[in-house]
Order: sequence, then structure tokens, then C-alpha cells
Amino acid sequence: MNVVLNLIINGLSTGMLIFLLASGLTLIFGLMSVLNFAHGGLFVWGAFVAVWLFDFTKSFILSMIGSIIIGMLIGWLIERFLIRPVYGNHIRQLLVTLGGMLVLVELIRIIWGSNPIRSNLPGWLEGSFQIGGVILIKYRLFVIFFGLIGYLLLILLLKKTKIGTTIRAGVDNKEMVQALGINIKNIFSFVFLIGAGMAALGGMLLAPYSGIIFADMGMQYAILAFIVVIVGGLGSIQGAIVASIIVGLAGAFTAYYFPDFSLAVNMLLLIIVLLLRPKGLYGEG
Amino acid sequence: MLKVKNLETYIEQFHILQGISFDVKQGTITVLFGRNGAGKTTTLRTIMGFYPISDGNVIYKSEQIGGLPTYLIARKGIGYVPEDQGIFHHLTVGETLLLAQRTKNEEKHEKLEWMLEIFPDLKKYWQKRSGLLSGGQKQMLAIARAYINSNGLLLIDEPSKGLSPLMVGKLMDSILQMKEKSTILLVEQNFFMASNIGDYFYIMDDGKTVHDGYMNELKEDKETLKKYLGVS
Repeated sequence: MNVVLNLIINGLSTGMLIFLLASGLTLIFGLMSVLNFAHGGLFVWGAFVAVWLFDFTKSFILSMIGSIIIGMLIGWLIERFLIRPVYGNHIRQLLVTLGGMLVLVELIRIIWGSNPIRSNLPGWLEGSFQIGGVILIKYRLFVIFFGLIGYLLLILLLKKTKIGTTIRAGVDNKEMVQALGINIKNIFSFVFLIGAGMAALGGMLLAPYSGIIFADMGMQYAILAFIVVIVGGLGSIQGAIVASIIVGLAGAFTAYYFPDFSLAVNMLLLIIVLLLRPKGLYGEG
Repeated sequence: MLKVKNLETYIEQFHILQGISFDVKQGTITVLFGRNGAGKTTTLRTIMGFYPISDGNVIYKSEQIGGLPTYLIARKGIGYVPEDQGIFHHLTVGETLLLAQRTKNEEKHEKLEWMLEIFPDLKKYWQKRSGLLSGGQKQMLAIARAYINSNGLLLIDEPSKGLSPLMVGKLMDSILQMKEKSTILLVEQNFFMASNIGDYFYIMDDGKTVHDGYMNELKEDKETLKKYLGVS
């Protein structure tokens, strides 16, 4: 029972990290039909900036705010100069965003070097709770809490604000949003900024979670995020959180019970969903 | 109110509009007729800026709007109802109509109230997801959304498509009511409906306007009806 509960906590916390990365990706994909392979780069930048800021300021909150701001700034640059010129052209999007990802990773190597960097937790998040003989690691609970807060804020933004309604309308029909006098490019930019900030926050939270960060880790998580986007349904935040939890839990349980199978499980999940529900769990149709 | 002059549009390598010209007078319903592939839908989409103009002009209220991005054309006051209705499936009826208001003011509020009066179903299903409405209700929503957002001109593409005769009758009444407050450019294949509500007509064939005049005259012109519209 103890093991199962811990695996659930592990799976949920990993799922929340993936959700933070995938939520922006699914909105960008759903609204803008953009395949943004550079998204994983924003995740890594969030992690490196946060570790650097934490070492420098010793403040977890400042490192969080700083990584989100830098993530959004890089996101703005990517949207404005890489993606905007190639809207509507998937092949070019794929090439420029993959190129963007490589540039982001190489810039990390130039600034922080090629070796992995150790990431520390703030004192108040170290240690664990013991409830009825079950040991619960504090930081993992914190990540789950933060992931849920991120999800709720995103849902509030999408459901309770005018810009959120416009984003949802745009996911359904971009042309008609423009025919209502709304400049969809501004909405694209806003969504990209939110997505970039969420990805950077995900990277920031991952750093102390894994303890070590390295330049190439973005692609590894980006692949999981792409699986989540497809399994959940393009453009669906509810789909993204459900799929993230499934992917996180599947990874945690198979890594413990069938370690040889842990890498294949998500691919298998993707294949099953594509066969049974090609538009994803929350996709229309 | 709207003048289209020698409009030419390509879609990829295909020369769809080959120099069409027509006028839409204020306070009227002008109908674009033509067989499938004549270029009617392309005409509306080109006016709305979805397709680039390769030659010619579109002038709305004495201002050239050809070449502007779609959102700026919409802001000039042109409402658009696409052939497929363009419903926001995940939004409720209320969310859709409030989004169409864009900025809230007395005028937009009155427009919304009037639309709810003309289409009471929209009030009844205010909280319902638009994707779950019936075909006729979706058409009502698409027209109301376009009207609330417009300021004088509505472009409506085949509103009767896929609707039952009863629903077509209701729609005709609604469009006639809307004529009191809006000018309408209508694309319609249903001759019965269009001839009963239209004031003027243009017939398109192979991307050109080949015939035009008063709707009453067209009803009597059996030869033109048979030649271009297949109506006998």
C-alpha cells in the first residue's frame, strides 16, 4: 500500500510537470495549428534560469518569477521572429522551430557549459511528511499543488475572461474570430506568451525535482508533452491534464513494476488512443 | 453602400473571379445567383478579406476596403455568415453573442436584444453549447452573431442550405425583418426563398456577373431562369 501510494504521488507530480509543458503546447497547437518544437527549449531555459537565480538570490519565489519572465521573453522572440513569418506552413514551422530548439540548447551550453548542473531545494521544501506510516515527499506534493493551481488559473482564464472566450472561439474557428473584428495575431501572441511562461514554470519546478539539469533534457520532456497533446485532444486543457496524469502514472508504475517497459508504455498509450479515438480523449468527433 | 468593381481573385492557380462588378444599395436585399462553382462564395470571402484580391476594388461606404485584413474589414461594419455557419462549437450561445458584441455599448445591447426577439430560441438556449444546437438554431446563431457585430451590411452565404422547408420559411421572415435595419447581400441557391425576399439580383457564371436587375423582372424572365439557374 505504501509503495502504491508513493507511486501515485510520483506519477501525479511528474504528470503535473508534463501538464505545465503540454498546456501551452496544446493551446498553441489548437489555436494556431503550429507545431512548436522549440517549446522544450523554453522548458530547459526555465530550469537553468531558475537554478541560476536561486543560487544568486537564494529566493525560490524570485527564481520562479524570473524564469517565467525569461521564458515569456524568449517565447515572444520565437513567436515574433520565427513562427509569425511561417504561419500556415507546417513544413517550415517544423524546420524553424526545430532550429530554434537547437539554438536554445546551444545557447545554454555556451552560457552554463555542457556539464549537468546540480539543483537545490529551498529549506522549507526539503524533507517529507509521515502520515500513518506513509512517507510523502514535501516537494512532490508542492509540485502537484502548483500544477493544480496552474490548471485552475488556466481554466479560469479560458472560461471567465473575454480573452479566454476568444481563445476558445479561435480554437474552433479562426476565420470567424477575425470576421468579428478581432485581430487573431494578437491572440496568437498572447497564447504563445502564456504557453512559454507555463513551460518555463514547468522547467523551473522540474529542476529541484530531478536534482540535476542538463541542456538536452528539453526534448525528452517535449516528446512526453507531444504525446499528452495528442492523447488529450488538440487544444483541450481538460484533455491535457487528464492525459498528463495518465502518462505520469503509467510512467511511475511501469518504471517500478516493469522497468524494461517504462519507455514503451507512453508510445503504446499513444498508439491505442490514435486507434480508438484519433482526435484524442477530449477531441471532437 | 457596397461597390464591387472588376474584382479578380485566384485560389492557388485557379482564376475564380474574373472581373465581377456589382452594387449593393442601402436598405435592400441583393441576391447573388449562380450555379455551383460560379464564384458566389468566393465573392463573399474576397469581400471579407479571406482571399487576396488580384485586381479590382471593393468600396464600402465610399472607402476602399479591398486588401485590408479581415478583422479591419469587419470593424468597418460588415457582418459575415459563412456557408458552413462557422459556429464556435465549444462556446455557449450566450458566450458567442457576447463575444460578437466586442465592446459593450447601448447600440450593441439593443442589437442583441432585438436578435433575441427575432430568434427567441437563442434566448431559450442561452446556456447551451452551440455545437449541440439543431441546424436551424445554428443558422439563427450565425446570423445573430453577424448582425450584432455589423453596422449596416450583412453578407449571408446560403442560409437555407440543409434546412427543412418550415425552417426556411422562418428564416425568410427573419431576414425580411432584419432588412428594416440592415442592408443584405445574399448568396442563395433556393430560388423560391431568394425571389421572395430579394430586391435586386446578379447572376454569376464562370466568375463573371452575366445578368442583373430587379427581382420582380427575373421572376418573369423564364429564359434567363432556365439558362442560368435551371429553373423552369
